[in-house]
Amino acid sequence: MKHQKQELFPKIPTGISGLDEITDGGFPKGRPILICGSAGCGKTLFATQFIVKGITNFNEPGVIMTFEESGKDLAVNARSLGFDLDKLQEDKKLKIDHVRIERSEIEETGEYDLEALFIRLNYAIDSVGAKRVVLDTIETLFAGMNDVGLLRAEIRRLFQWLKDKGVTTIITAERGEGSLTRHGLEEYVSDCVILLDLRVIDQIATRRLRIVKYRGSNHGTNEYPFLIENEGIFVIPVTSLKLDYKASREVVSMGLPELDAMFSKGGIFRGNSILVTGTAGTAKTILAAYFAYASCLRGEPVLYFSFEESPDQFLRNMSSIGLNLKQFVNSKLLYIYASRPSLQGLEMHLLTFHKYLESFKPKTVIIDPISSLVTVGSTSEVRGMLVRLMDTLKTKQISAMFTSLTHVQSSLYDDITVDAVSSLSDTWINVINDIRNNERIRNLLIIKSRGMGHLNNLQQFAITSKGIKFQNTKQNLPVINT
Amino acid sequence: MNDAERWELRLYIAGQTPKSVLALKNITKYCKEHLAGQYTIEVVDLLKNPQLAEGDQIFAIPTLVRKFPEPLRKIIGDLSNEERVLVGLNVRALADGNVK
Repeated sequence: MKHQKQELFPKIPTGISGLDEITDGGFPKGRPILICGSAGCGKTLFATQFIVKGITNFNEPGVIMTFEESGKDLAVNARSLGFDLDKLQEDKKLKIDHVRIERSEIEETGEYDLEALFIRLNYAIDSVGAKRVVLDTIETLFAGMNDVGLLRAEIRRLFQWLKDKGVTTIITAERGEGSLTRHGLEEYVSDCVILLDLRVIDQIATRRLRIVKYRGSNHGTNEYPFLIENEGIFVIPVTSLKLDYKASREVVSMGLPELDAMFSKGGIFRGNSILVTGTAGTAKTILAAYFAYASCLRGEPVLYFSFEESPDQFLRNMSSIGLNLKQFVNSKLLYIYASRPSLQGLEMHLLTFHKYLESFKPKTVIIDPISSLVTVGSTSEVRGMLVRLMDTLKTKQISAMFTSLTHVQSSLYDDITVDAVSSLSDTWINVINDIRNNERIRNLLIIKSRGMGHLNNLQQFAITSKGIKFQNTKQNLPVINT
Repeated sequence: MNDAERWELRLYIAGQTPKSVLALKNITKYCKEHLAGQYTIEVVDLLKNPQLAEGDQIFAIPTLVRKFPEPLRKIIGDLSNEERVLVGLNVRALADGNVK
């Protein structure tokens, strides 16, 4: 059955990072795909990447028929993504044909058709043996010709011809008012329609992609953020559309034997995510540092996102309580990425996460604090982003710790970040400062830990020059399952 | 003077389709009437020479291109409306000018 379905619907990889996951395998082979969006949303770069990656990664030569930009402009713009169109043309892997229609020098009289366009396209396709074609933007013809009825009939014929020719074609189109495209091209392309969008929220521009339609195929239905950066277009998918990741039984230490002992398994499961909440000055970062330390001791690389302290400040502060993390930075087990969250949009942060996950391949990830990210996005955005990030970490079996700053006045559950993250995390630890007899008392409470028992009462601790010391560890108390 | 009166036309067709045949018939007739002895018509069949379509930016069939005198002009269609063809090629204005 499944085999039969594949026969009916072969797909080709899009060449755009993340898009194959969303489209469940790529674009429909040999069919037209409509990419629509308003000006400046990245349609041309999207289409160009489809062609270039088709050549470089999948050995499928391509044709770009451009109706707006000249081949030269196209090549210059593509260079910003690191694509060398001139070289590809020299190698006879790519053919760019610029169809320039000067309305002022053209007169119409009597009957005609667009056969010459077909001939040009056919010639271009055959000259490089193209498997992929881009028409960018064919709607320009509407401005250049009077006979709209004829043009529509010819466009319909063109799309059918492309199908018969067996090439996979991206057709770009301008977004229309109240319709997907200005000239209703979606009527003719019924297989796969993708909408690109550029929105500016709080002065931060975010690009999004949505699959409007993909006949006969599963696909993600959400809006997915995408980025245009120096290596091309990068779509950030919900990596796991299903919750089907493997759950590890292996237990790892959090760096503090007394803390490990508060859990019935003597630590947390590998690949779990831990949320540490608390008001300012409750030692959240210190707990995170211990977690990083333990991972480094196991020889497992740690990626530490620090949104409030510079790496050097962090290292200095931790050495003051006897945690020498500098040695692990030197041995490249610990990488600290420090940045102000507001410097970038959420998508850029997510991209940074993904890039470092790919290049550094950490076993442990720490985000300190995750609440900083709320400053750059709305709650639903932050949540959406965290779901994506956590899914990625889970599927890669990366243990994670997120710290989150809560405010003194509000109930823990009212806090935006806590609300977004707590249900997603497997273990939740809250650290509390208390004043008793003019003395600050530090307490730690495990609120939840999925799949294992844990102590249910406040654990008092102190921070000394030799690190965190728990006062009266009640390790013999019965562990209560949640 | 002679140079200014020489007309270089090129008609792009794609096989012997009724529209193409009609266009050739029409333009030959107009030229004989208005530009006798001053014109050349080159017929380019894109089915035989597809690579030539890009150079003159041809997208419709049939297309008549006035290569000379400059500037370049294009008329697409079967050229059935004589008035429009002559205006499009700027033959009328030039002929009138010569009369003066």
